[in-house]
Formats: sequence, C-alpha cells, structure tokens
Amino acid sequence: MSGRVLVGVKRVIDYAVKIRVKPDNTGVVTDGVKHSMNPFCEIAVEEAVKLKEKKLIKEVVAVSCGPQQSQETIRTALAMGADRGIHVDVSGKDYENLGPLQVSKILAALAKQEDAQLILLGKQAIDDDCNQTGQMTAALLDWPQGTFASEVSLEGDKINLVREIDGGLEHIKINTPAVITADLRLNTPRYATLPNIMKAKKKKIVTVKPADLGVDVTSRLEVLKVEEPPQRQAGRV
Amino acid sequence: MAAVGALSRIARLGSRICKNRVTLSGNSQRRGIAACIDPSHGLTDEQKEFQKVAFDFAANEMAPHMAEWDQKEIFPVETMRKAAQLGFGGIYVQPDVGGSGLSRLDTSIIFEALSTGCVSTTAYISIHNMCAWMIDSYGNKEQREKFCPDLCSMEKFASYCLTEPGSGSDAASLLTSAQRKGDHYVLNGSKAFISGGGDTDVYVVMCRTGGKGPKGISCLVVEKGTPGLSFGKKEKKVGWNSQPTRAVIFEDCAVPVANRLGEEGQGFNFAMKGLNGGRINIASCSLGAAHASVQLARDHLLVRKQFGETLSNNQFLQFKLAEMATKLVASRLLIREAAQALQEDRPDAVAICSMAKLFATDECFNICNQALQMHGGYGYLKDYAVQQFVRDIRVHQILEGEVFSLSLAFLFVFCHILVWLLWFHVRQL
Repeated sequence: MSGRVLVGVKRVIDYAVKIRVKPDNTGVVTDGVKHSMNPFCEIAVEEAVKLKEKKLIKEVVAVSCGPQQSQETIRTALAMGADRGIHVDVSGKDYENLGPLQVSKILAALAKQEDAQLILLGKQAIDDDCNQTGQMTAALLDWPQGTFASEVSLEGDKINLVREIDGGLEHIKINTPAVITADLRLNTPRYATLPNIMKAKKKKIVTVKPADLGVDVTSRLEVLKVEEPPQRQAGRV
Repeated sequence: MAAVGALSRIARLGSRICKNRVTLSGNSQRRGIAACIDPSHGLTDEQKEFQKVAFDFAANEMAPHMAEWDQKEIFPVETMRKAAQLGFGGIYVQPDVGGSGLSRLDTSIIFEALSTGCVSTTAYISIHNMCAWMIDSYGNKEQREKFCPDLCSMEKFASYCLTEPGSGSDAASLLTSAQRKGDHYVLNGSKAFISGGGDTDVYVVMCRTGGKGPKGISCLVVEKGTPGLSFGKKEKKVGWNSQPTRAVIFEDCAVPVANRLGEEGQGFNFAMKGLNGGRINIASCSLGAAHASVQLARDHLLVRKQFGETLSNNQFLQFKLAEMATKLVASRLLIREAAQALQEDRPDAVAICSMAKLFATDECFNICNQALQMHGGYGYLKDYAVQQFVRDIRVHQILEGEVFSLSLAFLFVFCHILVWLLWFHVRQL
C-alpha cells in the first residue's frame, strides 16, 4: 500500500509540569506554562515515519488544531520526519471549547481533501484523557478502526494490528483506509536530530480555517466548573 | 522612597515565585518561577527545537545516571555516542566533515540544556567539540577528512592539551618541546589536568617548536597508541568525576609533521581563539547547573515545612530565590550576547567572552551554593542532586581562564582606557 498518512498531533501541557487550577475555576493555568506534543501523538508520528522509512507509505502529513503556537508542535513532528504540516487555526473561545467531536470532523474533512490512506492518532490526549477522537473520526468516515495499537504491520492493502485490551492482546486484521490510535508500547519515539531540525525549517506548513473545510466548531458542551481533586485524608487503622 | 519601591518589587517577584495567591495586578493566572527563568525566551523557533531535544536528552538519558557516573567515576561512552548521533559531537563543525554547522549561540543553548542532566559529561562534550572545531578550522583538507568525521560521530574521543605543571594561566610559557627530525616532530614533556586523558583517542597538543614565548608554539594532533605517549594516574577530584583526568606524558614521542595544524608558531593563536568559545561553553554549562538548582530549591521550599508552614512562605527565602533567579537570567543574557559577538567576530568578542565567563561562573556557583543552603541538612546528602551541581561547577571558576587572572586582564584594559580618557580631557583644557 502506498499513499498518504495523516498524523494528528496535539499541543498539550508538558507531562512533567505540576498542573494548577485557575482561581476562578474555569480551567487550568496555561499561561507561561511549558507545553509540548502529547506523548501518544509522538508515538503516532514515530510509527508513521517508520512506515515511510520501510517504504510502505509515501508521505506523512502532520495536522494540528489550535492557535498559532500549535505550529511549534507541527515543527517538532517535521523534525521527527514528517514531510509537511497542516495547521487548522482555531483560537480564543473556540479553542477553549474545542473537543474530540469538532477535531474528528476536521480530520475527516482533511482525510477526504488529502486523499489519505491512513490516519494515525495518539490513543488519547494527556490533558483531557477523552480517548474519543480516533473512534469518532473512523465513524464519520465509515472507516475501520484499530485503537490502542501496540503493533502495526501492513500486509498488501490490509493491516494486521495487535490491540491492548483489558483481557490481554487482541489480534485483528482491518482493511484500508483506516484509523489507528497508538498506545504506549507501539514504539519508542526518536529524538529529533540537529540536521533534521534544520531540514524541518524548509518543510511547508499550510494554515487553514475550520470554515474552509466546512466544519462548524461550536461546542455542544459547556464547562461549568474545574476544581482540584479532594485532598487526601488521613487513613484510619 | 526608591529603596521602598525596590523592596516592594522584590517582594512581589518573590511572592509571585513562591506563594499561592492572586498577584497584586489582579491577573487571574499566576506565573511561576518556571516562566521567569524560562531559557527559551527570545529564541527563534529553530533554536527552541534544538533546546527541546537537548533538554529531553538530558532528562531521559543523562539525569537518571548523573549520580552513578559521579560516584563510580564512569566515563559514559555509550551515552555520549547517542548524543553524537543527534549531532552533538561537532555542533559548530562544518557539515562537510560530519558536523552540525550551527552557531555559537545555538551551541551555548544546547550545552546549557544538556548541563541540566549532567554538568561533568556536558563539560567533556564541550571540550571534545572544541578539539573537533580546532581541527576543522585550522587543519588542511587531509587532516579535516582524517579526524573530523570520527570526532563528530564520537567514534573517537578527543582531549585538549595546553596546561602543564608549570604553566596554567601563563600558558605561553609552556615547555613541552617538539624537535623537528626529518618528517617527524619528537615530543618531550608533560601536560597536566587533561580531561579525558588516557581514555580518549585524539590529543590536540600545544608544544614548543620554536623559541620562547607565544610565537614559538605550534599545534600537533597526537593519536593514542603512538610510541612514547603515556599517561599519569587518574586524578581523584571533587567533581567532574564522569570524565577521567590524567597527566599526558611525552617521552621521545614521534609525531608526523603532517599532523601539525597550520604553520609553526601559529599554535598559541589557535589556542586563544579556541579559548573564547571554550569560555562560552563552560559558562553555559554553569548556567544549566544553576537553572536546575533553582528549580530544585523551589521544589524543596514548596515541600519542606518548618514553624507550621512551608519554607516558601518565608520572606527571606522568597527574596533569596528572587535574587537567584535574577542573577541566573543576567548570566544567561551576558553569555548569549558573548556568543553572538563571537559568531559575528565583533571587536569586543574577546573581552565580552571573558566577562561572560567571569560573571556567569561566579554567579552560577553562588546560585547552586544558595540552593544547597536552602535544602538545609538534606542539601549535604549525596541522595540530593544539588550537591553534585555545586561540586561539578566549582571548577568552572578555575579552568579556561582562572577568574582572578581574567580580572587582572580587565584591570589592565580598564586602566588603559582610564589613562586615555584622562589624557583626552587634559588635551581639551
């Protein structure tokens, strides 16, 4: 199977940062806080680049939805080996309310526009832990889905997948085009090398708006309150 | 009035750094210390990527082993080779011989980030880089092609041999002699305190081919295994324990003339030019240690409770932390300016590199020392990383331009400027 892979990458608060809730309880402090690529998205990018190196796919396109800073995340994907990037510009209130349903609509529209054979995503983002985008995207496109993948191998125009599920490991075979979401043990993401970072500068990132793709990003959900989990109480012996 | 204003500014900075309450400006988002001392401010997107790789590598591949490398005195060859695969073996060496071709500022950013993982190993990597650069910049085509690719990939490691038992700050008085005999130089003498000595493969040696003084010094590349090349015992040091330090001894050691970089008598010139970059690199390593120490101190203050509350509520400690953060940022700015000056070959490059090294190594040591103090008794235990940062960067105030001799150099230049100014004013009268 040769063709194009779309990899979704999300810019999230870095996993090592201590999260603090905003005093007005509307959300979490993000200003001035270190952000980086979602670790599961890194694994997805690594898998896509590996497939390209094995010459099983032709092109890796990194996609991110968010404000201007999301381009940094796309640049990291380019430095890891993606060929070009698409930045879907969503900012302000729209960005605060952006959730899996809107992102999956955007990804579905892009997959059709870019004629992608495969969509690779992380299984979930470490900020909202939704674990929905991959599944919703597959449903919108009516494509098969291989979620929580810990092993992926291409066989002609089918994909052999090992999924990590509660009962153990599940082996499935799905048709292409398909949506795959990466789990922790799929691979170990590479460090970008200095030469690759410099090459990434020349790779193109195109900016589009959700309206250009015919997607309405208004949210059906409203966040009422965000608060810290209750403090641990002393136990009783 | 001004004093009160200054104090209240420091208090605000300190409370912004430590306390959990809304700031006086009513901003609903609090900026922690991480934002104040964030080393990515003012960098280009590409530099931020370099920095990110270096930070990730330091956190994942170096920091977990930093204590072990120090205690067991391990020279981490495999980890350094991994770093070289990312391009850290010859950061400012030309790409045509395997280097990454980056600028001095990029280099400073990278070493600063790597240093947060292990100062000693990063300092060695910077010395290795300087050797590779020297061969790249001053070697001929054959020498560059012979040595640089292996150095950039760290297939081979390098050491820099300038200091002798009798010549440290007074480098131009070195005694190691290199007598021309046909198509070889025969070396006799010894070098002291050589980082990597005995474990490395390529030695960039400053030796005397001519008469006394700087003009008689040339630069030779000596390979390990050359007959007549031997090493002293491994020194036991307070810090920098992940790199072996030994004397390098030459006894009728014959080195081909083809291994001479440049012409006879140019060696001292190369050494001085190399030192400018070396000073920025060492200062950058101090920066990384200070950055890590400030974060460790902050974390400790938020956790440690005395007198019924966390240390972070203590105003004196808030002031101290604010001062540490300020000095860290000031050091960083001076170093980055010096790196830029060196890259652009500005007339003030030598002076500002020396100033940056003098200021930053002193201030960063004080920062790490303060951070240790803030840990109380725990800071003295080897279980806590802060003591290793203190021990490792203490030597940065000594080597590559001992701070007192650097100060002498300024005094010299400064007096000249003063005299000139006075003369100018007298002429005006």
